[in-house]
Amino acid sequence: MKIETIKEELIDEFSMFEDWMERYEYMIELGKSLPIVEPQFKTEDNIIKGCQSKVWLHAELESDKIIFTADSDAIITKGIVAILIRVFSNQSPEIILKTNTDFIDEIGLKEHLSPTRANGLVSMIKKIKMYAVAYQTQIGL
Amino acid sequence: MIFDVENIRNDFPILSRNVNGKPLIYFDNAATSQTPQQVIDVIVDYYSNYNSNIHRGVHTLSQEATDKYEGARQIIQKHFNALHSHEIIFTSGTTHSINLVANGFAGLLTKSDTVLVSALEHHSNIVPWQMLCEKTKATLKVIPMTQEGALDMDAYDNLLLLNPKLVFVNHISNALGTINPIEEMIQKAHKVGAAILIDGAQACPHIKPDVQALDVDFYVTSGHKMCGPTGVGMLYAKEAWLHKLPPYQGGGEMISEVTFEETTYAGLPHKFEAGTPNICGGIAFGAAIDYMNSIGFDAIASYEHELLEYATGKMNAISGMKIYGPKENKTSVISFNIEGVHAYDLGTIIDKLGIAIRTGQHCAQPIMDFFGISGTARASFSFYNTKQEIDVFVEGVKRATMMLR
Repeated sequence: MKIETIKEELIDEFSMFEDWMERYEYMIELGKSLPIVEPQFKTEDNIIKGCQSKVWLHAELESDKIIFTADSDAIITKGIVAILIRVFSNQSPEIILKTNTDFIDEIGLKEHLSPTRANGLVSMIKKIKMYAVAYQTQIGL
Repeated sequence: MIFDVENIRNDFPILSRNVNGKPLIYFDNAATSQTPQQVIDVIVDYYSNYNSNIHRGVHTLSQEATDKYEGARQIIQKHFNALHSHEIIFTSGTTHSINLVANGFAGLLTKSDTVLVSALEHHSNIVPWQMLCEKTKATLKVIPMTQEGALDMDAYDNLLLLNPKLVFVNHISNALGTINPIEEMIQKAHKVGAAILIDGAQACPHIKPDVQALDVDFYVTSGHKMCGPTGVGMLYAKEAWLHKLPPYQGGGEMISEVTFEETTYAGLPHKFEAGTPNICGGIAFGAAIDYMNSIGFDAIASYEHELLEYATGKMNAISGMKIYGPKENKTSVISFNIEGVHAYDLGTIIDKLGIAIRTGQHCAQPIMDFFGISGTARASFSFYNTKQEIDVFVEGVKRATMMLR
């Protein structure tokens, strides 16, 4: 699916909610559906440390697309991770690098991507982009 | 004075604000306490009426600022019952105070020396000593804690047989609220000739330490934990130690004569107060201590104890609740986890309900490692909190738990 379509889908889904509680409940649901990292990839190297919640991120190249899997020890963080994975996984490195995270603001979860938030999500986006750069170079060769 | 919490709450403008559309419930007092109007007024008065540099000017404003700043030093001296006002050094806070002492000891320790630090410490009371031991090659030993979260006093006795030069321990643990037996620890340290530094950052909001009765060598604390502003704190040290320690930073205010060949340092306390200090902060720190004394530390301690008992009872009734640290002998801090709920998630949800608590490691990773957990949620109560707020908090925790499990 096109990355723009996925973003619109998400914005649509979140626009149905009336208050923060419903938004959070949905995010927690999404967290439960996250494509979980295989245990062998839940390594120290794949940990993104944000002082309070941990995020694991693993990437693999399938033909020209990057497949991301992830996990977190905190459920709300896991929900946001699931949203990011839904957008960025199964896309080409080029598209990943071109796509920004403004949709997070639009679905009312901006506070979670603030750099001062101690949840590791900002570092996670950086890591997603780093994988994209790395695989782009690899495909280019 | 009769303790009337509703009256007291009126002193704190921040307590009437809303957060996320709900009345603020502020239970992160162990991180920073709120500021009463009486202290805010002092800050406004300083910048409105006599803002100027101290100790240097012959003009009226400078004289007024100097008088108030030195007046604050005397308030602090009296509060902690120091023998001399020059034994009170203004710093930017507890961390600065600890670094000042650690740095001073760098010249006094050798590689054959031992330094003891308690297992209940905050990072700011571990790292400076690690750096000191790296520099001097001295050995850093840890006084262990028991499963209940108290210091292991038998182990302390054994470690003292190593004849340490220095012992560092906090008066009260920030992560667990444990009150350490510092009177006994000070006496025992002195018996083997060790100096002892007590970190009082978590104690001073609740109790009034008497440094002479304690016979402590160094006692440090921060203004922002006791209704004062951030960026100001103090180091108390016995006069003899202040003469023995070299200055921490070079600069203006701390010298008496300067040539390119040699500088003679100023007398106490100026030797340790290089540069323009946080003048307004120092004055406001004094005002904060006056404010707390006007309420009275006995009244504060007994009311906070009541809040602690009330909250502990209510929280223990929540299923899956685990409270860390001692049951007795602690201040109004509850460090906890709920089975199946990450502290970060809990903190995030109840923030939406207007409730502020601390979550995470509380800058005390070794303590979290000891309990084998990645962090806790921590609610800490102050004398301006109420039982009604605890009720709302407990309901909020239950609601969040239902969402998160």
